[in-house]
Amino acid sequence: MTAVSMTVNGQIVSADIDPRTLLVQFLREQLRLTGTHVGCDTSQCGCCVVHVNGDALKSCTTLALTCDGAQIVTIEGLATGDVLHPMQAAFRENHGLQCGFCTPGMIMTAVELVRRKGANLDEHTIREELEGNLCRCTGYHNIVKAIAAGAQAMGAAAE
Amino acid sequence: MTATGIGASVRRKEDFRFITGKGRYTDDINRPGQTYAFFVRSPHAHAAINGIDASAALKMKGVLAVLTGDDIAADKVGGLICGWMIHSKDGSPMKAGAHPALAQGKVRYVGDHVAVVIAETYTIARDAAEKVVVDYTVLPANADTASAARPGAPVVHDVAPDNMVYDWKLGEKEPTDAAFAKAAHVTTLEIVNNRLVPNPMEPRAAVGDYDEGSECFTLYTTSQNPHVARLVLSAFIGIAPEHKLRVIAPDVGGGFGSKIFIYAEETICVWAAKKVRRPVKWTSDRTEAFLADAHGRDHVTHAQLALDAAGKILGLRVKTTANLGAYLSTFSSAVPTYLYAPLLSGQYNIPAIYAEVDGVYTNTAPVDAYRGAGRPEATFVIERLMEVAAREIGRDPAEFRRQNFVTTFPHQTPVIMCYDGGDYPQALDKALELADYANIGKRKAESARKGLLRGIGISAYIEACGIAPSAAVGSLGAGVGLWESAEIRVNPVGTVEVLTGSHSHGQGHETTFAQLVSDRLGISIDNVAIIHGDTDKVQMGMGTYGSRSGAVGMSAIVKALDKIEAKAKKVAGHVLEASPEDIEFKDGKFSVKGTDKAIDFASLALQAYVAHKFSGQELEPGLKEGAFYDPTNFTFPAGVHICELEIDPQTGIVTIDKWTAVDDFGNLINPMIVEGQVHGGIAQGVGQALFEGAVYNKDGQLLTASYMDYQMPRAGDLLSYDIAVTNTPCPSNPLGIKGCGEAGAIASPPAVINALTDAVGHEDVPMPATPQVLWRAAQRAVQKIAAQ
Repeated sequence: MTAVSMTVNGQIVSADIDPRTLLVQFLREQLRLTGTHVGCDTSQCGCCVVHVNGDALKSCTTLALTCDGAQIVTIEGLATGDVLHPMQAAFRENHGLQCGFCTPGMIMTAVELVRRKGANLDEHTIREELEGNLCRCTGYHNIVKAIAAGAQAMGAAAE
Repeated sequence: MTATGIGASVRRKEDFRFITGKGRYTDDINRPGQTYAFFVRSPHAHAAINGIDASAALKMKGVLAVLTGDDIAADKVGGLICGWMIHSKDGSPMKAGAHPALAQGKVRYVGDHVAVVIAETYTIARDAAEKVVVDYTVLPANADTASAARPGAPVVHDVAPDNMVYDWKLGEKEPTDAAFAKAAHVTTLEIVNNRLVPNPMEPRAAVGDYDEGSECFTLYTTSQNPHVARLVLSAFIGIAPEHKLRVIAPDVGGGFGSKIFIYAEETICVWAAKKVRRPVKWTSDRTEAFLADAHGRDHVTHAQLALDAAGKILGLRVKTTANLGAYLSTFSSAVPTYLYAPLLSGQYNIPAIYAEVDGVYTNTAPVDAYRGAGRPEATFVIERLMEVAAREIGRDPAEFRRQNFVTTFPHQTPVIMCYDGGDYPQALDKALELADYANIGKRKAESARKGLLRGIGISAYIEACGIAPSAAVGSLGAGVGLWESAEIRVNPVGTVEVLTGSHSHGQGHETTFAQLVSDRLGISIDNVAIIHGDTDKVQMGMGTYGSRSGAVGMSAIVKALDKIEAKAKKVAGHVLEASPEDIEFKDGKFSVKGTDKAIDFASLALQAYVAHKFSGQELEPGLKEGAFYDPTNFTFPAGVHICELEIDPQTGIVTIDKWTAVDDFGNLINPMIVEGQVHGGIAQGVGQALFEGAVYNKDGQLLTASYMDYQMPRAGDLLSYDIAVTNTPCPSNPLGIKGCGEAGAIASPPAVINALTDAVGHEDVPMPATPQVLWRAAQRAVQKIAAQ
């Protein structure tokens, strides 16, 4: 067992873990933050995306130990109290989800995309940037709409 | 229409928990003292098991048990079942090979369940599984659909020495042959409907629990129909009687058919929980899902269409070999028979149809219902034939379809179905207009100037949803009835709980069902809760598949609401001192006709429970009613999808330029949700046409067992769709609903292939039409153009 410590959604957490523990296992099993999902375990589907020091990262192929000292944000940490993050609100408003399983990863990917590329995202850019996220329900149509709208809302909120 | 009533695009009530990470899927559930299961799976497609040595695994710290087929047999755990009896042409029943939850003496596909390790952690269970030594004698594998029943092929099950599960037929051979004998033109196609892996994003999972005090089992599982799971686990597999077994299907992350079935893994988890006296959890990884979730499609078909000199269809003849895999999954036998051949008539007037289907065993994963289930395969056959026939006789494909459309209803086809209503020309006209079909020639010429090949493809599909009535499906071999249940519980404060036998795994029932109740009772949608997915709460139900939850599940709610209103009027009569016949119910108020005496719904509910204003001997207190609804017919959604695309002959890369969908789903409850269903269906159908294909090699090894080998449609592969609807309300249910869940997946593959073949100018474009396939197909087109 090895000691690990990181900040998750603003709270410092420390634990002794099996060095093989993946970040997603640490989040789901140790911290009971089950909003982060495992869809493929080969970093293809993006259901497990969280933010590590601000970068969108696939937690199913990241060892928890490599995140020692890191700032982690998961889907549970995105809203401020009862106030949804603009990207979360945009997914609801645009029917950007059906079964909800890929949704946390989609939203975390989208938020980081806006941070990198700004609030004015065209459809082509959004589709290209979703290369690492799979959805089987929506056909992506409404996810693309949701991200475009969420990006605008994030931009407006930042002004 | 109110802001939250029927017909409004209400934002979904269930979304808040999903977008904040508060959904509760099976893998999110953990029970105190929980252990973890990992399955030892066969690495061989076909092998005899000579022995299993688990001693090294059992010595590992943290391993509780290694269980095998011997333990299953000793505990008399019944085999997995197939619940639909199909009879061969000679009247003999289908040949169902035994399907034990853990293999007994033989494995029949890669991924077949050999043993299960139960340990303190998932990691220990997985490590220990590596130490279970299985002594196999490898046998020759039989992995190819078309040749599975050839003489001398390796035998999958001894009960079927020729690997034939059944040889089944529908329709009449002689009149069909006679139609072909007088045909002016016959179009013939050889069609392969490629094998698919359903791939809901949530992998299957199960948690089994046993309470020694009450002797009750609880199973949390990723199911589309928890009551059917309980019925099968009780009545056939024999885990426990139904009153001692609770099945909970919490939030489920997509199903697409693959979570209808009762699999080995959940059976083992619930059985083993009693054996190890601890809860047992199993969560599939993605490769396990590829190996052992039931697959879809996998047909090889020879199809012929006979036309007279004027282009009228005279007859249709179809011979299909359907791969059912190594074992018969829960509803597998029905998919290529009664869910397939009755749809071969499409939207067309076809006087004579004869279809033969051979169901075959192979050493591959079981094949069962996947989004559309039989109907996409039928639609692909008829819509490819229509397109090719039009090209062969030099007719416009749209007008050739129009000429042969069914235009009067009810319409009895030669293959069981009686279409109850529709307006096929209306959908075609609308789709042609939206797709700017008239100017396709100009657009093709523009593409040609850029060295690109442009094509357009039409698919005019029909499907049959809400499979019913129960007596009819029973006569066709179904082991269950296909009604639905609903219970309305009005609380004393006027809030309402609706218990439904339907199950939502992405469809948005918590919103649409609440819209119906809110609309009818005149109460806020926030005061309606939809409860589903728990056999201890909902007494019985048939679940969600085959686009049945609107047409059947919501109709059951309507029936229960009728009873609520009737009872409430009696209460209101007492409270308002009037005869119940004089009570009107409108906009959430009960009033006496012609007076201003009224009581609102919430106050009425309280009166029903305090029972102060009426004799409890004459009228029962309370306000709670239940209903079972059995439809009078299938529903028949139909529509036209048009795909326009461009191929780069240099690379074989295809770009879908425009997608037009015009669907007739009857009345809509929530157009936003309906559109979402269409979007998702189209994506899966485009996936089948362009990307997806499960490939087994001749040894029965699955070569496409991860997302690195099996191409799922991604956002960058697809486009935004143009969606419109027409509406001919369904005459067969009280809401006029037809069902929308599968339409996109049914309509889209032939639209894509018709467009690709239009672009390359020949019919030799198999699915999936990968860049390699299209590059080859396009080279022929380019050479032809050069030669001209």
